[in-house]
Amino acid sequence: MTALAAPPTKQPATEKAQVPGRRRRKSGAGRTMKGGKLAYAILIAAVLVSAFPFYWTIVAASRSNADLAKVPPTLLPGPNLIRNFEAVMEEADIGKALVNSFIVSGSITVGTVLCCTLAGFAFAKLRFRGRGALLAITVGTMMIPPQLGVIPLFMLIAELQWVNQLQAVILPGLVSAFGVFFMRQYLVQSLPDELIEAARVDGASTARIFWSIVVPIARPGMAVLGMLTFMAAWNDFFWPIVALSSQEPTVQVALRQLGGGYVHDQSVIMAGTLLGTLPVLLVFGLLGRQIVGGIMQGAVKG
Amino acid sequence: MTLTASAKPVSPPRPPAVRRAWRKVSPYAYIAPFFTLFAAFGLFPLIYTAFVSLYRVELQTPGDMEWRGLGNYTALFGDEFFWTALRNTFTIGVISTVPQLVMALGLAHLLNYRLRGRTFLRTAMLLPYATSVAAATLVFAQLFGRDFGLINYVLGLVGFGPVDWQTGTVASQIAVSTIVIWRWTGYNALIYLAGMQSIPSELYEAAEVDGASRWRQFFHVTLPGLRPTILFTVVVSTIGATQLFGEPLLFEGSISGGISHQYQTLGLYMYEQGWGFFHLGRAAAIAWVMFLLILVLVGANALIARRRSRKEAGR
Repeated sequence: MTALAAPPTKQPATEKAQVPGRRRRKSGAGRTMKGGKLAYAILIAAVLVSAFPFYWTIVAASRSNADLAKVPPTLLPGPNLIRNFEAVMEEADIGKALVNSFIVSGSITVGTVLCCTLAGFAFAKLRFRGRGALLAITVGTMMIPPQLGVIPLFMLIAELQWVNQLQAVILPGLVSAFGVFFMRQYLVQSLPDELIEAARVDGASTARIFWSIVVPIARPGMAVLGMLTFMAAWNDFFWPIVALSSQEPTVQVALRQLGGGYVHDQSVIMAGTLLGTLPVLLVFGLLGRQIVGGIMQGAVKG
Repeated sequence: MTLTASAKPVSPPRPPAVRRAWRKVSPYAYIAPFFTLFAAFGLFPLIYTAFVSLYRVELQTPGDMEWRGLGNYTALFGDEFFWTALRNTFTIGVISTVPQLVMALGLAHLLNYRLRGRTFLRTAMLLPYATSVAAATLVFAQLFGRDFGLINYVLGLVGFGPVDWQTGTVASQIAVSTIVIWRWTGYNALIYLAGMQSIPSELYEAAEVDGASRWRQFFHVTLPGLRPTILFTVVVSTIGATQLFGEPLLFEGSISGGISHQYQTLGLYMYEQGWGFFHLGRAAAIAWVMFLLILVLVGANALIARRRSRKEAGR
């Protein structure tokens, strides 16, 4: 019994903990092969292609519109960054959009992680009638793009008089079939049944088990789901531009307005793009490694 | 087994009958928050779309619905721009998906080598995935500018005349596809890399013993081992391509997808009908057509995959 209380080893952590020699033998294909010069050259070229548009955004956002029309083009940042930021704040209200996006993405992240952990736990470890069918429905709709439901959704939101209000974007954003499936898979793998049985023998209720055993064990999975959810919510495009307008914009709504042809100054548009992208880039810079891990884990499980 | 048997004699704090009943019901409390939201904002809209597509519904008065039968569909199939959008969705889908997945496969193969700065390389390749459609499209629209765009400048250096990336049908579709390729190649490469790492190394060792070259190993061990992963990415990319929307919308900022609808996709056509012309019923019909299209395409993918693996097994 006491041995069961020890925390279970988590799948994701093992890769790092392994001895280099063993790891090489265990994992696939080319690991034993060292990358040649050509491999590095191609990969670095790919990295440059990935990164260049970001660099270019900074260049364009810090120049004037006239600079951008020069031949040959300017490739170094200029002195106009602050002025362009001010211009875009005025023309597209990016400041309000940023605040709104933080509210929307933050609420969606917290709500989704909570709902999905609860449901994922039930699907992974509790027995109840209709479990299989409900899980099948959830997984089955995972592949159906939500975009196909926007018309009734819009009619519903209009009926509730929520058009142009943030809850119109937050509440539908909480629905994540992928999240339920992800948390279920995570808990099936990392939460041993014996641990729950032991707690039950000790007289713990299911709610107690959830808060004192499931949540601590699920935390790494919740973190990965949270990061992916935040990025997806921040970048969501179709539904926000339908449900909101420039009076109550998220960042993507403001960017759509910027690209809609009312602002002609390219350097101002690029300044807005830069401001709207910075928060996700920041998250990515801090947690990029975990996000990469999360996506690769999800791929193997999915 | 013995564990549950020995647990029985221990007397629980609550009467067993009540406790057992509660244990039967309480799981539903855990799935309730998700399923309430899911039913209201996920399942209901998807199903109701089919219903709405049979009515005339206007954007300004979404409460008034007037029965039209299949009228929305006949109007749809009689509109030449629907067929244009369908064709564009297909061509842009092919132009964006095929190179994207092939390049991702190649990059994954390289990333699977033993490399210095492995984490950096992987993270940097995922960077485009972190940007929004809107941001990426605005930047690329600038780069693809006809007169002062960087891409035309570089093409000019190697002797290609300026390409009109906006008005040309092929050119504009290539430009729109480029945005998709840029955003998703690194993501797919990581998915493939994860798949490659789960192929047991014994297979490679056996191949090596048999004297198979690196090249043959890639084709006869890596690719077959990746088949489920490849099917997954093809399905996901197909679904993504079918509903492509943000890129064509913001490429020039017009909801018609260019002056002669040359790069208007089905997703954009639906938006134009619903929020440009206020015909929500018609837009719902388009959504339903897109849904059926996805079903057919995904079904075809699965069928081809199954037939191929059966053929392989028969050999």
